[in-house]
Amino acid sequence: MLDRINPPAFKQIEEIEFIKAEKHELKNKIPVFVIDAGEQSLVRLEFIFQNSSWQLDKPIMPSITNSMISEGTHSLSSAEIASKIDYYGAFFQAEFSYDQSSLNLFSLNKYLPQTLPIIKEMLTGAIFPDKELNILLTNQKQKLKVGLEKNANLAKRAFTEAIFGDSLYGYSNQVEDYDHVKREDLLAYYKKVYHPLNCTIVISGKIEKSLLTLIDELFGGWTSENVHGDFEVNCLSSDQKLHYIEKPDALQSAIRIGIPFVNRKHPDFVGLQVLNTALGGYFGSRLMNNIREDKGYTYSIGSGIASLQKAGYFFIATEVGVDVTQQTLTEIEKEVNLLKTDLIEEDELDLIKNYLMGSLLGSLENAFSHAEKFKNIHFFGLGYDYYETYITTVKNITPERLRELANKYWDYSSFYKVIVGKK
Amino acid sequence: MVKFEKFTLENGLRVLVHEDHTTPMAVLNILYDVGARDENPNQTGFAHLFEHLMFGGSVNIPSYDEPLQRVGGENNAFTSNDITNYYITLPAVNLETAFWLESDRMLNLAFSEKSLEVQRNVVCEEFKQRYLNQPYGDVWLKLRPLVYKNHPYQWPTIGKELSHIEDAKIEDVKAFFEKHYNPQNAIMIVGGAIKLADVKKLTEKWFALIPAGKKYNRNLPQEPLQLKEVKEVLKADVPSNAIYKVFKMPGRMEAGYAETDLISDILSQGKSSRLYQNLVQRNPIFSQINAYNYGSMDTGMFVIEGKLLPNIDIAYADECIWKELEFLREELVYEDELTKVKNKYESTKEFGEMSLLDKAMNLAFYELFGDANLINTDIENYLKIDAADIQKQANSLFKKEAATTLYYLAK
Repeated sequence: MLDRINPPAFKQIEEIEFIKAEKHELKNKIPVFVIDAGEQSLVRLEFIFQNSSWQLDKPIMPSITNSMISEGTHSLSSAEIASKIDYYGAFFQAEFSYDQSSLNLFSLNKYLPQTLPIIKEMLTGAIFPDKELNILLTNQKQKLKVGLEKNANLAKRAFTEAIFGDSLYGYSNQVEDYDHVKREDLLAYYKKVYHPLNCTIVISGKIEKSLLTLIDELFGGWTSENVHGDFEVNCLSSDQKLHYIEKPDALQSAIRIGIPFVNRKHPDFVGLQVLNTALGGYFGSRLMNNIREDKGYTYSIGSGIASLQKAGYFFIATEVGVDVTQQTLTEIEKEVNLLKTDLIEEDELDLIKNYLMGSLLGSLENAFSHAEKFKNIHFFGLGYDYYETYITTVKNITPERLRELANKYWDYSSFYKVIVGKK
Repeated sequence: MVKFEKFTLENGLRVLVHEDHTTPMAVLNILYDVGARDENPNQTGFAHLFEHLMFGGSVNIPSYDEPLQRVGGENNAFTSNDITNYYITLPAVNLETAFWLESDRMLNLAFSEKSLEVQRNVVCEEFKQRYLNQPYGDVWLKLRPLVYKNHPYQWPTIGKELSHIEDAKIEDVKAFFEKHYNPQNAIMIVGGAIKLADVKKLTEKWFALIPAGKKYNRNLPQEPLQLKEVKEVLKADVPSNAIYKVFKMPGRMEAGYAETDLISDILSQGKSSRLYQNLVQRNPIFSQINAYNYGSMDTGMFVIEGKLLPNIDIAYADECIWKELEFLREELVYEDELTKVKNKYESTKEFGEMSLLDKAMNLAFYELFGDANLINTDIENYLKIDAADIQKQANSLFKKEAATTLYYLAK
């Protein structure tokens, strides 16, 4: 008779294999990190630039510069760039994050000789034409207006403003910012940031030898006299802990709660990730179990730790029926405090450990995911031993240590609390 | 190329196995051939609510998620108008846990009142979060009944209204399970670092004794040919005016589907596409505009949706869309343009094959369409299309009388 009651035997994950990035260098010293894996004959090439210091009077200049690099160069119009890349079935992405500006190309290997030169055009010869700039600004402004109608977005904006103030990390774009963008500022920022001394290339996929030669031919002769300084972020948290934005017609309240936090470089970081997982980091977390699966107040609730180069933050986020906003806040506070007072049960902790190991294994699906793992350490000045430490910490952390961390880092009364909707 | 083996159990369960030893993980994906189109018009949203209840404990296992997380696995599910799909990813060494969990809930559910009560609330919050508390969130609630007069595609998977979910009873849940959740109506895909022989053994062990159940025979009211243009205006608290234009199109496996799919790419894939180049860049009318289709099994929807720039007359914007559609009807597409969308199709397929889960889901879909090997051969249906085929299809799609247009205006 088949035993359906008891779970089948299972194994712990003991070994996790990382495909490590191999370092090369172009003639002009641009570092190229290569992750060679996979069966499909395709690659992703990422050209990554560290941002420059942020200015309050030109808040959206860095992100607009990034969006504009595909909008026309000395020899190609915006339409030509798009049609050439599209023609070869390739994709490109200009990506702007708090710390970095990037341009990424996804291409089949066989078309790289056609697609990669267009990337070079964008990185070295963008001209920021007025017509395209105006269209982009108008459209982004419209998009922002739609975004401002979403309560979850408003909560996110109010939250980052509260914890990081008027800084690169805390500032939220305003509608009127799009009226004050100047082409010459964009050109200046482009010169300052998009140059070889500030560039890191990460390639992942099935790498053919000829690719490195091609990259060197195209980018190895790229020169610049620029010296790029590291950027600084001056964050000033608000004195006010509670931020309430009333929306009389709301059906749900968006809630966001948290504090500035340590980032990946800190020795406590991994332990805190385990702690966060227990609270709200996976489907079986305490917040999900209590607020969704027991009470049905929400479709989803979760918590997380964001790691930025110069800071970090911890947050809890959810959208709940307006009538249960207060109850939800009470339950969140209760769950945070329980982790400070009571030791987590061994059974729950074992589950979390196995879950985290399984997720780490599962997050290494293909060459692109191995490249993500590389970037997560490289740009934080860490090596692959970070992952060894991660695995050892996850496997060995104790309930006592987790409680200690909760007490060291969490004080509910000092958390910033944002509510958009009804109290 | 996605290689796979197929076998069928006596109870009707179809199983496809795709070995992929480039990963240490495994996937177990089960597609149930039931979606929102199979619902009673007075109990809409039920297939999706039911999907939630599938996680509320089965006959022998009180908690579904917990034992899976304990072996390092994750899972999720989604419901569409056509199907309900459940998937698990976990370290391949622990594959049996997935068999244990999935077979038990195919065998029978626990039907807990508490779970029903909680999930009714959760789904109502999902309804609010996605459809009601969002700008333009309710558009498909309004638009679907304008497009479909007979077919159950006239409601979205979340349901017509909150009350249908609030009123769901445990007897309804039991009846739904009985009708749709059995081996005959399911397709299982097992993929990853696994061996065919082991999968066969595990499938026999865990699924062979589940009763076959009754075969559900679908007999849905079909949609008549649309002979009159439908126009509707809606006002809401949104920041800009929007147009939604829908044409009925062939179902996923019907003649003309691939042509229609390429037409949507010609119109709107990437910045070199016609709608973007002509109506966003050259003549700025829209801040964003897209054309796409739902890939539905029965007569589907070809959708063009755009958000207007301030101070643009909506009737003029509408005319500009029509001009693009008429151009497709009157003139052959350029050879370069056609090559471009075919190249894109090919590379998207290659990129998709980097993901084990995507491969497993696609195998399940294609098996449902009649032949899993279409995962490898469907591309031929696209590559053989020429400019004349596109023009012919555009003529059959974009007729004035076949259009349904919604103006979604800012108050």
